Amino acid sequence: MENNNPAISVRDLTKKFGNFTAVDHISFDVGKGEIFGFLGANGAGKTTAMRMLCGLSFPTSGQGQVAGYDIVSQSEDIKRHIGYMSQKFSLYGELTVIENLRLFSSIYGMNRQSFRHASSRLLEELEMTDMQNALVKDIPVGWKQKLAFLSATIHSPEIVFLDEPTGGVDPVTRRKFWELIYKASSDGMTVFVTTHYLDEAEYCNRVSIMVDGHINALDAPAALKQRYNVSSMDEVFRIVAKDSTRSD
Amino acid sequence: MKLQILLALLQKEIALMKRNPIIPKIVFAMPVMVMLIIPLVANLDVRNVNVTVVDNDHSQLSRRIIADIAASEYLDVSSVSNTHSEAMSAIENGNADVLLTIPPDYSENAMSTMPQVDVEANGVNATKGMIGSQYVAQAVAGTLSQWYAENGIEMPRVDQSVIYRFNPTLDFRNYMIPALMVVLLIIICGFLPALNLVSEKESGTIDAMNVTPVSRFTFILSKLIPFWVIGVIVVTVGLLIGWLVYGLVPLGSLFAIYLAAVLFSLVMSCLGVTIANRSSTMLQGIFVMFAFIMIFQLMSGLFTPIDSMPQWAQYVTCLIPPRYFIEIMRSVYLKGATVIELAPQYLALLIFASVLCCIASISYKKQV
Repeated sequence: MENNNPAISVRDLTKKFGNFTAVDHISFDVGKGEIFGFLGANGAGKTTAMRMLCGLSFPTSGQGQVAGYDIVSQSEDIKRHIGYMSQKFSLYGELTVIENLRLFSSIYGMNRQSFRHASSRLLEELEMTDMQNALVKDIPVGWKQKLAFLSATIHSPEIVFLDEPTGGVDPVTRRKFWELIYKASSDGMTVFVTTHYLDEAEYCNRVSIMVDGHINALDAPAALKQRYNVSSMDEVFRIVAKDSTRSD
Repeated sequence: MKLQILLALLQKEIALMKRNPIIPKIVFAMPVMVMLIIPLVANLDVRNVNVTVVDNDHSQLSRRIIADIAASEYLDVSSVSNTHSEAMSAIENGNADVLLTIPPDYSENAMSTMPQVDVEANGVNATKGMIGSQYVAQAVAGTLSQWYAENGIEMPRVDQSVIYRFNPTLDFRNYMIPALMVVLLIIICGFLPALNLVSEKESGTIDAMNVTPVSRFTFILSKLIPFWVIGVIVVTVGLLIGWLVYGLVPLGSLFAIYLAAVLFSLVMSCLGVTIANRSSTMLQGIFVMFAFIMIFQLMSGLFTPIDSMPQWAQYVTCLIPPRYFIEIMRSVYLKGATVIELAPQYLALLIFASVLCCIASISYKKQV
């Protein structure tokens, strides 16, 4: 793969459920190593778009490439190169922390030794070493989110997709979570993240704002603030999303 | 590398199963309960048939017939009536199931020709009436032939004699125990994988799997293999209880039984997985599974013989996998049949297993 190829490239991506167009002709590129914020109100189509990029859902029309592979015909190749953390916590509650991590690392073909190395380093970074033998269902929400991030990135994917990773998490943990994201990004990982928290948008290199299935704004946070002549992303979002008919 | 993934997935399934509060108990408790209780209570042997007799002959022979019926293990003489209408009212009141009328001059006629008795049965409980009247007819014939022998009269007609081969006493249990093991495999190996897979859908963990490069076939295999093992456990528990509690040992080889059980549990778990692939909630999965299990139990020859079904239904049973498993189990258990002799049945199960296995992994969609 050429170095200047984007990590994600999408043209006119569309998903319809019956008469309802969840994602309507969106186009964008995400550069390598970028932290790309995917913003939008509830029901704007963020999760649907992300599921198409991860090879969980077929687009109705349009094209896309992730890590250089086509999202329709090469989705299984994409899956070797990405990590995905879904909005709904989806690790096995009846397995321990370390068992969950071992399971996912084995699926990505990591051998025992590199798993042991990676997991002990990462668990230490997250201060979770003491918890490694606890059942996942018993650990607090904030830790669960960190663990989900860990399991999505344990195989050092090129791109990691995070769907509202900080939902329901306290501000201190959110802050720590973003430190993890920065760390991953500085290691060269591309981060594609959706969020509701507009202060988090400030941490992204670039953000897109989705409204009713369309991308209505896409730029660096500073550029957007300048364009709408406001001082915070919160205000930017309110201006861009004010015509939304879907949000509640 | 592929094997590594399969092993990791199996490790996960085993850990989850062990920590499940119910499943491991069910796997042992259900076969034990079913095998211990059902053969004792669900008994098709007809006993305690009440007979009312109208004796119009009042001879030594007729009294002997009545005494023999009363002495029979299966028959009781509930009353001796003077008139036919009196006897009919005994049947109407439910005090008798079968009415035996001995005509006048019965013993006198017996000297020259084969005499006849009338047997009438209450058809409301069809099984009891039918079998009960046969018992009565047999009892009368038995007494009669004894009486002929004692009096040195040679009769041209020889009594019909029926010997039930392979299950000489027609003990319902011998027939029931192999069938119960089939029922257990249908339920345990059909339901558990379906519930397991649908619960992954409901908890969302299946998304975490679908976004990894794990292949569909590997994932489905990780769902099927544990239920192979469970199938073998269930059959082992069944065999042990059949032997220890009921003294029933298969005449054929254990290999023949286990081979059939392994094939059949694969058939059932593939079916369960296929249904789970198409269901998005537990409720849907369970409901569809029930429909299949109901048809499987009623049409596979488990409770009623396939030979007595209408012709079209007999053709339909060819598509019902447990039919073959039941034939194998009964033949191996009671007749000592071998795998070679039952090759068509084993082949049918093998075909079902391979086809359903393909359907199970194709119908599992990682991307929708």
